[in-house]
Amino acid sequence: MARRAVLWPLGLMLAAAAQAAPPPDPERLENLLEQDCGSCHGLTLRGGLGPALTPEALAGRPRQVLARTILDGRPGTPMPPWRGLLTEAEADWLAGRLLGGEGDHGDR
Amino acid sequence: MGTGDLLRMAVPALVLAGCAAVPRGSGDLGLVVERASGAVQIVDTSHRRALARVTGLGDLSHASVVFSRDERFAYVFGRDGGLTRVDLLRAVIDRRIVQSGNSIGGAISDDGTLVAVSNYVPGGVRVFDAASLEPVADIPAVGRDGRRSKVVGLVDAPGRRFVFALFDAGEIWIADFSGGPEPRIERFRDIGRQPYDALVTPDGRYYIAGLFGEDGLALLDLWHPERGVRRILDHYGRGERRLPVYKMPHLEGWAVAGRRAFVPAVGRHEVLVIDLEQWTEAGRITVHGQPVFVMARPDGRQVWVNFAHPDNDTVQVIDTETLRVIHQFSPGPAVLHMEFTPRGHEVWISVRDGNRVEIYDTRTFDRLAGLPASRPSGIFFTARAHRIGL
Repeated sequence: MARRAVLWPLGLMLAAAAQAAPPPDPERLENLLEQDCGSCHGLTLRGGLGPALTPEALAGRPRQVLARTILDGRPGTPMPPWRGLLTEAEADWLAGRLLGGEGDHGDR
Repeated sequence: MGTGDLLRMAVPALVLAGCAAVPRGSGDLGLVVERASGAVQIVDTSHRRALARVTGLGDLSHASVVFSRDERFAYVFGRDGGLTRVDLLRAVIDRRIVQSGNSIGGAISDDGTLVAVSNYVPGGVRVFDAASLEPVADIPAVGRDGRRSKVVGLVDAPGRRFVFALFDAGEIWIADFSGGPEPRIERFRDIGRQPYDALVTPDGRYYIAGLFGEDGLALLDLWHPERGVRRILDHYGRGERRLPVYKMPHLEGWAVAGRRAFVPAVGRHEVLVIDLEQWTEAGRITVHGQPVFVMARPDGRQVWVNFAHPDNDTVQVIDTETLRVIHQFSPGPAVLHMEFTPRGHEVWISVRDGNRVEIYDTRTFDRLAGLPASRPSGIFFTARAHRIGL
Protein backbone atom coordinates (compact mmCIF):
# COMPACT_ATOMS: atom_id res chain seq x y z
CA MET A 1 0.00 0.00 0.00
CA ALA A 2 2.66 2.45 1.05
CA ARG A 3 4.94 1.40 -1.80
CA ARG A 4 2.19 1.99 -4.33
CA ALA A 5 1.65 5.50 -3.03
CA VAL A 6 5.32 6.28 -3.48
CA LEU A 7 5.14 5.18 -7.09
CA TRP A 8 2.12 7.37 -7.85
CA PRO A 9 2.82 10.34 -10.11
CA LEU A 10 2.47 13.71 -8.42
CA GLY A 11 -0.68 14.63 -10.29
CA LEU A 12 -2.48 11.51 -9.12
CA MET A 13 -1.40 12.11 -5.53
CA LEU A 14 -2.77 15.64 -5.64
CA ALA A 15 -5.98 14.33 -7.15
CA ALA A 16 -6.23 11.78 -4.36
CA ALA A 17 -5.61 14.42 -1.71
CA ALA A 18 -8.23 16.65 -3.27
CA GLN A 19 -10.71 13.79 -3.30
CA ALA A 20 -10.14 12.96 0.36
CA ALA A 21 -10.90 16.50 1.57
CA PRO A 22 -13.93 18.65 0.75
CA PRO A 23 -13.31 21.10 -2.11
CA PRO A 24 -11.96 24.56 -1.22
CA ASP A 25 -14.59 27.01 -0.08
CA PRO A 26 -13.72 30.28 -1.87
CA GLU A 27 -15.64 32.45 0.57
CA ARG A 28 -13.89 31.00 3.60
CA LEU A 29 -10.48 31.23 1.91
CA GLU A 30 -11.01 34.81 0.77
CA ASN A 31 -11.89 35.72 4.34
CA LEU A 32 -8.84 33.87 5.66
CA LEU A 33 -6.62 35.61 3.13
CA GLU A 34 -7.90 39.04 4.03
CA GLN A 35 -8.18 38.68 7.77
CA ASP A 36 -5.56 36.12 8.83
CA CYS A 37 -2.89 36.35 6.12
CA GLY A 38 -3.66 40.07 6.15
CA SER A 39 -2.71 40.46 9.80
CA CYS A 40 0.95 40.08 8.75
CA HIS A 41 0.92 40.74 5.01
CA GLY A 42 -1.51 43.67 5.14
CA LEU A 43 -5.23 43.75 4.54
CA THR A 44 -4.56 44.61 0.91
CA LEU A 45 -1.63 42.14 0.85
CA ARG A 46 0.81 44.95 0.07
CA GLY A 47 3.03 43.86 2.91
CA GLY A 48 3.48 44.32 6.64
CA LEU A 49 5.70 42.34 8.94
CA GLY A 50 5.55 39.79 6.14
CA PRO A 51 6.35 40.63 2.52
CA ALA A 52 3.86 41.84 -0.09
CA LEU A 53 1.78 39.09 -1.69
CA THR A 54 0.48 40.98 -4.69
CA PRO A 55 0.64 39.30 -8.13
CA GLU A 56 3.44 41.72 -9.06
CA ALA A 57 5.47 40.88 -5.96
CA LEU A 58 5.03 37.16 -6.57
CA ALA A 59 5.61 37.24 -10.34
CA GLY A 60 7.71 34.30 -11.48
CA ARG A 61 7.12 32.20 -8.35
CA PRO A 62 5.82 28.74 -9.25
CA ARG A 63 2.38 28.01 -7.86
CA GLN A 64 3.57 24.75 -6.31
CA VAL A 65 6.32 26.55 -4.41
CA LEU A 66 3.82 29.06 -3.00
CA ALA A 67 1.43 26.29 -1.97
CA ARG A 68 4.33 24.49 -0.29
CA THR A 69 5.32 27.68 1.60
CA ILE A 70 1.75 28.08 2.81
CA LEU A 71 1.64 24.49 4.04
CA ASP A 72 5.14 24.27 5.52
CA GLY A 73 5.91 27.88 6.45
CA ARG A 74 9.34 29.47 6.22
CA PRO A 75 11.64 28.35 9.02
CA GLY A 76 13.57 31.22 10.59
CA THR A 77 10.83 33.70 9.75
CA PRO A 78 7.44 34.32 11.42
CA MET A 79 5.65 32.55 8.50
CA PRO A 80 3.96 29.56 10.15
CA PRO A 81 3.05 26.25 8.51
CA TRP A 82 -0.68 26.12 7.80
CA ARG A 83 -0.72 22.35 7.34
CA GLY A 84 -3.38 20.97 9.62
CA LEU A 85 -5.49 24.10 9.23
CA LEU A 86 -5.49 24.04 5.43
CA THR A 87 -5.65 21.12 3.03
CA GLU A 88 -3.32 20.70 0.03
CA ALA A 89 -6.18 21.71 -2.22
CA GLU A 90 -6.87 24.85 -0.20
CA ALA A 91 -3.20 25.87 -0.21
CA ASP A 92 -3.13 25.36 -3.96
CA TRP A 93 -6.27 27.46 -4.35
CA LEU A 94 -4.69 30.25 -2.28
CA ALA A 95 -1.46 30.10 -4.31
CA GLY A 96 -3.48 30.43 -7.51
CA ARG A 97 -5.48 33.27 -6.03
CA LEU A 98 -2.32 35.13 -5.05
CA LEU A 99 -0.66 34.69 -8.43
CA GLY A 100 -3.66 35.42 -10.58
CA GLY A 101 -5.48 37.74 -8.28
CA GLU A 102 -8.59 35.56 -8.38
CA GLY A 103 -9.34 32.00 -7.34
CA ASP A 104 -8.55 28.68 -8.91
CA HIS A 105 -8.41 28.67 -12.69
CA GLY A 106 -7.76 24.95 -12.70
CA ASP A 107 -4.32 25.37 -14.31
CA ARG A 108 -1.24 24.31 -12.45
CA MET B 1 -35.92 50.05 37.64
CA GLY B 2 -39.04 52.24 37.48
CA THR B 3 -40.31 54.41 34.67
CA GLY B 4 -38.83 57.48 36.31
CA ASP B 5 -35.36 55.97 36.21
CA LEU B 6 -35.75 55.14 32.55
CA LEU B 7 -36.81 58.69 31.78
CA ARG B 8 -33.92 60.17 33.66
CA MET B 9 -31.55 57.95 31.68
CA ALA B 10 -33.07 58.94 28.38
CA VAL B 11 -32.98 62.69 28.89
CA PRO B 12 -29.24 63.35 28.64
CA ALA B 13 -29.07 61.24 25.49
CA LEU B 14 -31.81 63.29 23.86
CA VAL B 15 -30.15 66.55 24.81
CA LEU B 16 -26.84 65.47 23.27
CA ALA B 17 -28.40 64.14 20.12
CA GLY B 18 -30.75 67.02 19.59
CA CYS B 19 -28.58 70.02 20.27
CA ALA B 20 -25.08 70.24 18.84
CA ALA B 21 -24.37 73.44 20.72
CA VAL B 22 -24.39 71.77 24.13
CA PRO B 23 -20.76 71.45 25.18
CA ARG B 24 -19.63 68.07 26.40
CA GLY B 25 -16.48 66.49 27.76
CA SER B 26 -14.54 63.82 25.93
CA GLY B 27 -13.24 61.74 28.83
CA ASP B 28 -15.78 59.00 28.21
CA LEU B 29 -15.30 58.83 24.45
CA GLY B 30 -13.37 56.40 22.32
CA LEU B 31 -12.82 55.05 18.85
CA VAL B 32 -13.70 51.69 17.38
CA VAL B 33 -11.68 50.91 14.27
CA GLU B 34 -13.65 49.36 11.42
CA ARG B 35 -10.83 47.48 9.88
CA ALA B 36 -11.93 46.80 6.36
CA SER B 37 -13.94 49.90 5.61
CA GLY B 38 -11.42 52.60 6.48
CA ALA B 39 -13.73 54.04 9.09
CA VAL B 40 -13.84 54.69 12.81
CA GLN B 41 -16.84 54.89 15.08
CA ILE B 42 -16.80 57.50 17.81
CA VAL B 43 -18.32 55.85 20.87
CA ASP B 44 -19.65 57.06 24.20
CA THR B 45 -18.74 54.65 26.99
CA SER B 46 -21.12 56.23 29.52
CA HIS B 47 -24.17 55.38 27.44
CA ARG B 48 -22.65 52.44 25.57
CA ARG B 49 -23.49 53.75 22.15
CA ALA B 50 -22.00 55.00 18.92
CA LEU B 51 -22.16 58.74 18.39
CA ALA B 52 -20.83 59.01 14.86
CA ARG B 53 -18.90 57.29 12.12
CA VAL B 54 -15.96 58.92 10.33
CA THR B 55 -14.88 57.49 6.98
CA GLY B 56 -12.00 57.97 4.58
CA LEU B 57 -9.12 56.81 6.77
CA GLY B 58 -7.60 54.34 4.30
CA ASP B 59 -6.31 50.83 5.10
CA LEU B 60 -6.93 50.34 8.79
CA SER B 61 -5.69 46.78 9.21
CA HIS B 62 -3.60 46.77 12.35
CA ALA B 63 -4.52 50.40 12.99
CA SER B 64 -3.72 51.96 16.33
CA VAL B 65 -4.70 55.22 17.98
CA VAL B 66 -3.25 57.75 20.43
CA PHE B 67 -4.95 60.84 21.84
CA SER B 68 -4.10 64.50 22.32
CA ARG B 69 -3.64 65.70 25.91
CA ASP B 70 -7.00 67.47 25.85
CA GLU B 71 -8.68 64.20 24.75
CA ARG B 72 -10.32 65.95 21.84
CA PHE B 73 -8.23 64.63 18.97
CA ALA B 74 -7.42 61.05 18.04
CA TYR B 75 -4.39 60.25 15.90
CA VAL B 76 -5.13 57.15 13.85
CA PHE B 77 -2.18 55.25 12.38
CA GLY B 78 -3.16 53.19 9.34
CA ARG B 79 -1.33 50.35 7.67
CA ASP B 80 -1.06 52.31 4.42
CA GLY B 81 1.07 54.97 6.09
CA GLY B 82 -1.88 57.26 6.71
CA LEU B 83 -1.84 59.48 9.78
CA THR B 84 -5.26 60.96 10.47
CA ARG B 85 -6.21 63.46 13.14
CA VAL B 86 -9.86 62.94 14.02
CA ASP B 87 -11.83 65.57 15.92
CA LEU B 88 -13.93 63.53 18.36
CA LEU B 89 -16.29 66.36 19.22
CA ARG B 90 -17.06 67.45 15.68
CA ALA B 91 -16.78 63.89 14.33
CA VAL B 92 -14.71 64.89 11.33
CA ILE B 93 -11.24 64.35 9.94
CA ASP B 94 -9.31 67.40 11.08
CA ARG B 95 -6.13 66.64 9.13
CA ARG B 96 -4.76 63.69 7.24
CA ILE B 97 -1.42 62.88 5.63
CA VAL B 98 0.00 59.74 4.03
CA GLN B 99 3.50 59.71 5.40
CA SER B 100 4.94 56.45 4.11
CA GLY B 101 4.05 53.30 2.27
CA ASN B 102 3.55 50.94 5.16
CA SER B 103 3.29 51.73 8.83
CA ILE B 104 2.47 49.87 11.98
CA GLY B 105 1.88 52.18 14.90
CA GLY B 106 2.56 55.43 16.61
CA ALA B 107 3.02 57.35 19.80
CA ILE B 108 2.59 60.86 21.14
CA SER B 109 5.23 62.66 23.21
CA ASP B 110 4.66 63.33 26.90
CA ASP B 111 4.17 67.06 26.22
CA GLY B 112 1.65 66.30 23.46
CA THR B 113 3.54 68.22 20.77
CA LEU B 114 5.07 65.41 18.71
CA VAL B 115 3.47 62.41 17.03
CA ALA B 116 5.81 59.63 15.95
CA VAL B 117 4.96 56.93 13.42
CA SER B 118 6.86 53.68 13.03
CA ASN B 119 7.19 52.34 9.52
CA TYR B 120 7.90 48.97 7.99
CA VAL B 121 8.68 50.20 4.49
CA PRO B 122 10.88 52.16 4.35
CA GLY B 123 11.87 51.10 7.85
CA GLY B 124 12.15 53.96 10.29
CA VAL B 125 10.35 56.48 12.44
CA ARG B 126 8.90 59.76 11.25
CA VAL B 127 7.96 62.47 13.67
CA PHE B 128 5.33 65.15 13.06
CA ASP B 129 4.07 68.26 14.73
CA ALA B 130 0.97 67.15 16.61
CA ALA B 131 -1.02 70.26 15.71
CA SER B 132 -0.15 70.74 12.04
CA LEU B 133 1.09 67.24 11.09
CA GLU B 134 4.05 68.99 9.42
CA PRO B 135 7.21 66.83 9.39
CA VAL B 136 9.67 67.43 12.23
CA ALA B 137 12.17 64.58 11.96
CA ASP B 138 12.91 61.48 9.90
CA ILE B 139 14.84 58.64 11.53
CA PRO B 140 15.81 55.87 9.09
CA ALA B 141 16.19 52.61 10.99
CA VAL B 142 19.48 51.46 9.55
CA GLY B 143 20.88 48.66 11.65
CA ARG B 144 24.50 47.74 12.12
CA ASP B 145 24.24 45.53 9.03
CA GLY B 146 23.69 48.69 6.98
CA ARG B 147 20.15 47.71 6.00
CA ARG B 148 16.88 49.40 6.83
CA SER B 149 14.87 47.49 9.35
CA LYS B 150 11.15 47.29 10.06
CA VAL B 151 10.33 49.21 13.23
CA VAL B 152 8.09 47.76 15.95
CA GLY B 153 7.23 48.51 19.56
CA LEU B 154 7.26 52.31 19.30
CA VAL B 155 6.30 53.94 22.60
CA ASP B 156 6.60 57.33 24.26
CA ALA B 157 8.73 57.72 27.35
CA PRO B 158 9.08 60.61 29.79
CA GLY B 159 11.45 63.40 28.76
CA ARG B 160 10.14 63.88 25.23
CA ARG B 161 11.55 60.55 24.18
CA PHE B 162 10.41 57.80 21.87
CA VAL B 163 11.70 54.25 22.17
CA PHE B 164 11.40 51.58 19.49
CA ALA B 165 12.86 48.29 18.29
CA LEU B 166 14.29 47.19 14.95
CA PHE B 167 12.74 43.86 13.98
CA ASP B 168 15.30 42.80 11.37
CA ALA B 169 18.42 44.24 12.99
CA GLY B 170 17.65 43.22 16.58
CA GLU B 171 18.26 46.66 18.09
CA ILE B 172 16.51 49.09 20.46
CA TRP B 173 16.80 52.84 19.86
CA ILE B 174 15.93 55.84 21.99
CA ALA B 175 15.13 59.07 20.13
CA ASP B 176 15.41 61.95 22.60
CA PHE B 177 13.69 65.19 21.53
CA SER B 178 14.28 67.03 24.81
CA GLY B 179 16.78 69.30 23.08
CA GLY B 180 14.51 70.32 20.20
CA PRO B 181 13.49 68.99 16.80
CA GLU B 182 16.85 67.30 16.15
CA PRO B 183 16.71 64.07 18.13
CA ARG B 184 19.62 62.55 19.97
CA ILE B 185 19.63 58.86 19.03
CA GLU B 186 20.98 56.18 21.33
CA ARG B 187 21.34 52.70 19.86
CA PHE B 188 21.46 49.37 21.67
CA ARG B 189 22.75 46.49 19.52
CA ASP B 190 22.43 42.73 19.84
CA ILE B 191 19.35 42.86 22.01
CA GLY B 192 18.05 39.52 20.68
CA ARG B 193 16.61 38.13 17.47
CA GLN B 194 13.50 39.63 15.91
CA PRO B 195 11.89 41.83 18.54
CA TYR B 196 8.20 41.75 17.55
CA ASP B 197 6.62 44.28 19.90
CA ALA B 198 7.40 46.09 23.13
CA LEU B 199 5.85 47.81 26.10
CA VAL B 200 6.90 50.46 28.55
CA THR B 201 5.83 50.00 32.16
CA PRO B 202 3.12 52.44 33.29
CA ASP B 203 5.71 54.44 35.28
CA GLY B 204 7.68 54.97 32.08
CA ARG B 205 10.82 53.39 33.46
CA TYR B 206 11.27 49.99 31.82
CA TYR B 207 11.09 49.20 28.13
CA ILE B 208 10.51 45.51 27.49
CA ALA B 209 10.71 44.03 23.99
CA GLY B 210 9.39 40.54 23.24
CA LEU B 211 11.55 38.41 20.98
CA PHE B 212 10.17 36.26 18.20
CA GLY B 213 13.43 34.76 16.97
CA GLU B 214 14.39 33.33 20.34
CA ASP B 215 12.96 32.84 23.81
CA GLY B 216 13.03 35.64 26.34
CA LEU B 217 12.57 39.39 26.42
CA ALA B 218 14.94 42.35 26.21
CA LEU B 219 14.83 44.84 29.10
CA LEU B 220 16.05 48.44 29.03
CA ASP B 221 15.98 50.64 32.15
CA LEU B 222 15.17 54.12 30.81
CA TRP B 223 16.37 55.67 34.07
CA HIS B 224 19.73 54.04 33.43
CA PRO B 225 20.21 53.48 29.72
CA GLU B 226 23.96 53.46 30.35
CA ARG B 227 23.51 50.03 31.92
CA GLY B 228 22.46 48.66 28.57
CA VAL B 229 19.92 46.05 27.56
CA ARG B 230 19.66 42.85 29.53
CA ARG B 231 17.89 39.63 28.70
CA ILE B 232 15.18 38.31 30.96
CA LEU B 233 13.29 35.01 31.02
CA ASP B 234 15.62 33.65 28.36
CA HIS B 235 15.11 30.14 29.68
CA TYR B 236 11.35 29.99 29.40
CA GLY B 237 11.04 27.77 26.40
CA ARG B 238 14.39 26.06 26.39
CA GLY B 239 14.18 22.62 24.90
CA GLU B 240 10.45 22.81 24.28
CA ARG B 241 8.96 22.75 20.84
CA ARG B 242 7.21 25.93 19.89
CA LEU B 243 3.86 25.79 18.10
CA PRO B 244 3.42 27.63 14.82
CA VAL B 245 2.37 31.23 15.44
CA TYR B 246 -0.65 32.33 13.39
CA LYS B 247 -0.93 35.78 14.88
CA MET B 248 1.85 37.88 16.35
CA PRO B 249 1.19 38.56 20.01
CA HIS B 250 1.07 42.12 21.29
CA LEU B 251 2.73 43.78 24.24
CA GLU B 252 1.18 46.77 25.92
CA GLY B 253 1.66 48.66 29.14
CA TRP B 254 -1.73 47.31 30.23
CA ALA B 255 -0.04 44.01 30.99
CA VAL B 256 1.36 45.32 34.26
CA ALA B 257 -0.59 44.50 37.41
CA GLY B 258 1.05 45.58 40.63
CA ARG B 259 4.65 44.32 40.71
CA ARG B 260 4.02 41.73 38.04
CA ALA B 261 3.79 41.85 34.28
CA PHE B 262 1.74 39.35 32.30
CA VAL B 263 2.98 38.69 28.78
CA PRO B 264 2.10 36.22 26.03
CA ALA B 265 4.48 33.28 25.57
CA VAL B 266 5.28 33.18 21.86
CA GLY B 267 4.19 29.90 20.27
CA ARG B 268 2.83 28.47 23.49
CA HIS B 269 -0.51 28.18 25.20
CA GLU B 270 0.84 30.10 28.15
CA VAL B 271 0.88 33.51 29.78
CA LEU B 272 4.21 34.30 31.41
CA VAL B 273 4.30 36.16 34.70
CA ILE B 274 7.32 38.40 35.31
CA ASP B 275 8.36 39.68 38.72
CA LEU B 276 9.14 43.35 38.05
CA GLU B 277 11.52 43.62 41.01
CA GLN B 278 13.60 40.50 40.52
CA TRP B 279 13.08 40.27 36.73
CA THR B 280 12.51 36.56 37.09
CA GLU B 281 9.68 34.29 36.07
CA ALA B 282 6.99 34.42 38.73
CA GLY B 283 4.75 31.85 37.11
CA ARG B 284 3.29 30.43 33.94
CA ILE B 285 -0.42 30.14 33.37
CA THR B 286 -1.72 27.55 30.95
CA VAL B 287 -4.41 29.12 28.80
CA HIS B 288 -6.82 28.16 26.03
CA GLY B 289 -4.63 29.01 23.03
CA GLN B 290 -1.76 31.23 21.94
CA PRO B 291 -2.33 34.58 23.65
CA VAL B 292 -2.50 37.73 21.50
CA PHE B 293 -3.50 40.48 23.95
CA VAL B 294 -2.86 40.05 27.66
CA MET B 295 -4.40 43.04 29.39
CA ALA B 296 -4.72 43.89 33.05
CA ARG B 297 -7.89 45.53 34.28
CA PRO B 298 -6.81 49.01 35.42
CA ASP B 299 -6.99 47.98 39.09
CA GLY B 300 -4.69 45.05 38.38
CA ARG B 301 -6.96 42.43 39.90
CA GLN B 302 -7.73 40.61 36.65
CA VAL B 303 -5.92 39.93 33.41
CA TRP B 304 -7.97 39.31 30.27
CA VAL B 305 -6.55 37.26 27.41
CA ASN B 306 -7.62 36.71 23.81
CA PHE B 307 -6.14 34.20 21.42
CA ALA B 308 -4.76 33.59 17.96
CA HIS B 309 -6.46 31.67 15.17
CA PRO B 310 -7.94 29.04 15.49
CA ASP B 311 -8.83 29.74 19.13
CA ASN B 312 -9.84 33.34 18.54
CA ASP B 313 -13.48 33.01 19.57
CA THR B 314 -12.55 32.76 23.24
CA VAL B 315 -11.59 35.09 26.08
CA GLN B 316 -10.18 33.97 29.43
CA VAL B 317 -9.89 35.94 32.64
CA ILE B 318 -7.00 35.31 35.05
CA ASP B 319 -7.10 36.22 38.73
CA THR B 320 -3.79 37.96 39.41
CA GLU B 321 -3.67 36.88 43.03
CA THR B 322 -4.02 33.13 42.50
CA LEU B 323 -2.74 33.08 38.87
CA ARG B 324 -5.73 30.92 37.97
CA VAL B 325 -8.16 31.20 35.07
CA ILE B 326 -11.41 32.16 36.77
CA HIS B 327 -13.65 32.72 33.76
CA GLN B 328 -13.87 31.66 30.14
CA PHE B 329 -16.41 32.64 27.53
CA SER B 330 -16.93 33.02 23.80
CA PRO B 331 -17.90 36.53 22.72
CA GLY B 332 -18.09 35.37 19.08
CA PRO B 333 -15.95 34.63 16.03
CA ALA B 334 -12.57 36.39 15.80
CA VAL B 335 -12.11 38.38 19.00
CA LEU B 336 -9.48 40.95 18.06
CA HIS B 337 -9.16 43.46 20.87
CA MET B 338 -10.32 44.46 24.33
CA GLU B 339 -10.41 47.84 26.02
CA PHE B 340 -11.32 48.59 29.62
CA THR B 341 -13.22 51.67 30.69
CA PRO B 342 -10.80 53.97 32.54
CA ARG B 343 -11.37 52.45 35.98
CA GLY B 344 -12.12 49.00 34.64
CA HIS B 345 -15.78 48.48 35.52
CA GLU B 346 -16.58 47.46 31.96
CA VAL B 347 -14.69 46.01 29.03
CA TRP B 348 -15.43 46.46 25.33
CA ILE B 349 -14.51 43.55 23.08
CA SER B 350 -14.34 43.64 19.28
CA VAL B 351 -15.71 40.54 17.55
CA ARG B 352 -14.54 40.97 13.99
CA ASP B 353 -16.41 38.20 12.22
CA GLY B 354 -19.51 38.79 14.31
CA ASN B 355 -19.49 42.43 13.17
CA ARG B 356 -20.12 43.52 16.74
CA VAL B 357 -18.55 45.16 19.74
CA GLU B 358 -19.68 43.42 22.93
CA ILE B 359 -19.65 45.13 26.31
CA TYR B 360 -19.26 43.20 29.57
CA ASP B 361 -19.34 43.92 33.28
CA THR B 362 -15.87 42.89 34.52
CA ARG B 363 -17.11 41.93 38.00
CA THR B 364 -20.17 39.82 37.16
CA PHE B 365 -19.04 38.97 33.58
CA ASP B 366 -22.58 39.76 32.43
CA ARG B 367 -22.98 40.97 28.87
CA LEU B 368 -24.39 44.49 29.07
CA ALA B 369 -24.78 45.56 25.47
CA GLY B 370 -23.62 45.00 21.92
CA LEU B 371 -23.03 47.54 19.17
CA PRO B 372 -23.01 46.79 15.46
CA ALA B 373 -19.69 47.52 13.76
CA SER B 374 -18.22 46.55 10.42
CA ARG B 375 -15.28 44.18 11.01
CA PRO B 376 -14.20 45.93 14.20
CA SER B 377 -10.59 45.61 15.32
CA GLY B 378 -8.94 48.02 17.75
CA ILE B 379 -10.90 49.83 20.47
CA PHE B 380 -9.25 52.88 22.04
CA PHE B 381 -10.64 55.08 24.81
CA THR B 382 -9.53 58.66 25.40
CA ALA B 383 -8.22 57.89 28.90
CA ARG B 384 -5.12 56.58 27.12
CA ALA B 385 -4.19 60.25 26.64
CA HIS B 386 -2.98 60.34 30.20
CA ARG B 387 -1.17 57.04 30.34
CA ILE B 388 2.56 56.73 29.65
CA GLY B 389 3.36 54.38 26.80
CA LEU B 390 -0.14 54.14 25.37
